[in-house]
Amino acid sequence: MKLLHHIGAYLLMLRLVFIKPTKAKVMRKLIFKDIQDLIVGSLGIVAFLSFFVGGVVAIQTALNIESPLIPKSLVGFATRQSVILEFAPTFMCIILAGKVGSFITSSIGTMRVTEQIDALEVMGINSVNYLVFPKLVAMMLLPLVINISMFLGILGGYTATLYGGFSSSADFIDGIQMDFKPFHVFYAFIKTVVFAIVLATIPAYQGYYMKGGALEVGKAATVAFVWTSIVIIVLNYMITQLLLA
Amino acid sequence: MIELKNIKKSFDGLEVLKGISMTFEPGKTNLIIGQSGSGKTVLLKCMLGLYSVDSGSMLFGNRPLENMDDNQRRILRREIGMVFQGSALFDSMTVLENVMFPMQMLTDQDEKSIRAAAHEVIDRVNLNEATQKLPAELSGGMQKRVAIARAVVMRPKYLFCDEPNSGLDPKTAIVIDNLIREITKEYNITTVINSHDMNSVMEIGDTILFLKDGLKAWEGNKKQIFKTDNEAINNFVYSSRLMKKVKEVYQ
Repeated sequence: MKLLHHIGAYLLMLRLVFIKPTKAKVMRKLIFKDIQDLIVGSLGIVAFLSFFVGGVVAIQTALNIESPLIPKSLVGFATRQSVILEFAPTFMCIILAGKVGSFITSSIGTMRVTEQIDALEVMGINSVNYLVFPKLVAMMLLPLVINISMFLGILGGYTATLYGGFSSSADFIDGIQMDFKPFHVFYAFIKTVVFAIVLATIPAYQGYYMKGGALEVGKAATVAFVWTSIVIIVLNYMITQLLLA
Repeated sequence: MIELKNIKKSFDGLEVLKGISMTFEPGKTNLIIGQSGSGKTVLLKCMLGLYSVDSGSMLFGNRPLENMDDNQRRILRREIGMVFQGSALFDSMTVLENVMFPMQMLTDQDEKSIRAAAHEVIDRVNLNEATQKLPAELSGGMQKRVAIARAVVMRPKYLFCDEPNSGLDPKTAIVIDNLIREITKEYNITTVINSHDMNSVMEIGDTILFLKDGLKAWEGNKKQIFKTDNEAINNFVYSSRLMKKVKEVYQ
C-alpha cells in the first residue's frame, strides 16, 4: 500500500512539473545553473571512471582469451560492446544516481526543512515546476555525457591494450569496427534519456516530500539512491527486452 | 481586514481548530498567542491557504477564501507577505536577489524598477551594507530583516509572521517587533503574528487572540491583558517568575 501511495504521489508530482510554469526569463537562468551543477559538474568523474573501467574491461577480456583460434581483435570488439551497451548508459547512470541524485535530493530536501519551499508556495509559485523542471531539462543533456563516456571507455581500453601488450593497435581498431550496429548506439541513447528522467525526478520526489530535519535529508538522499538504482535496473531490463530481444 | 468566522480544522479525526472567529484590522499588529499545540500555526496556515478549512469562512476584505478559484487565489497570494520562523531565505541568492525575487517572479516590471523597489525596502530595514551578502553570512536578526524586506517588497495588503522573534536575543527581538509595527502602520497592512513571546505581546499587541486547545480563550489588547480575570490567559501570561513580578509591580 505504501509503495502504491508513493507511485501515485510521484505521478501527481510529475503532472505538477508541467503546469503553472515559471516565467521563461527566470527558468532560463535556473536551467543553465542546473546544467552547470548536474551535467558539467559530472564530467570529471564520468571521464575518470569511463577511462579506467574501459581499460579494465579490455585487460580482463584479453586475459581470458586462451585459445589461439580466437582473434586478438575480440578485445576491441568486447570493449566496444560492453562500454556502448551497458557500462556507459546503465552503470554510469547508476553512478550518477549517487552523485547527481543525492545532490538533487539534498538540495530540495534542505529547501523543504528550511521552509524555502513553503515560501515559494505562499508567493503563489508552483514550487514543483520551479525546482524540478529545470533539472529535468538539464538532464536531457545526459546523452552527451554518456557519449563522452563511451568514447573515453573505448579509449581507455585501447590505451590499456596497447600499453599492456595484449594486442596490436590495428587488431584493437579492427575489433571496435567489427560488426558495428549503429542501432546499438541509438538503443544506448534511448536508455540514457529514460534514465535521465528517472535521475531527475525520483531524487526530486524524495527531497520534495521529505519530512523532518537535517538527519532526514541524509536519509532521503540514501533512499533516493536506492530507488533510482532499482528503477534504472528494472527499466534497463525492460528496454533491452523491447529493443534488442 | 481579515475576518475569520467559525473556522474548524481536523487532522485524522483530531479537531485542531474548534470554531475560531476573529477580526484582524489593517494598520494594526494582530497577535495570535497560545501554548505549543494550541492551533496557532494551523490557523496561520489556513489563512495562508496552505491548509483548507473543514468549515467556516475566511474573508480577505470582502472576499471569502473558500469560494475563490485558482486565479483569484493567485491574485490574493500576491497581496500576502510572509515572514517564516526560520526566515526561509534562499541560500544561493544574495540579500538583494532574495528581496527582488517575488517581483521578478510575479510582476512584469523591468529589472531597473525591481532593483529600485528592492533597494527601497532594504534601506527601510537598514541593510544597505549587506545587499551582496549571502544569508549564511548574516546574523539571525539581519536574516529576519531580510525576510521582512522580502515580505513587504510587493507592498502586500496582508503580512503574516510566524514566530518572528524565535532564536533572537531580547534586544534584537524588540528591534524586529518595532520594525514590523512601523511597517504595518506605514503601509497600512493587516499584520497577523504568531507568537508566544510575552515581550512581543507587551510591545506590539494591538489586538491579541489567545488560543487554548483549538478554541478562542481570550481576545483583547496589550493593555487589557494586565487587567483581565480570564484564568486561561493569566496562567499563560504569568507562567514565568519575571511576569509574576511585573504583575505585582503593575498592581
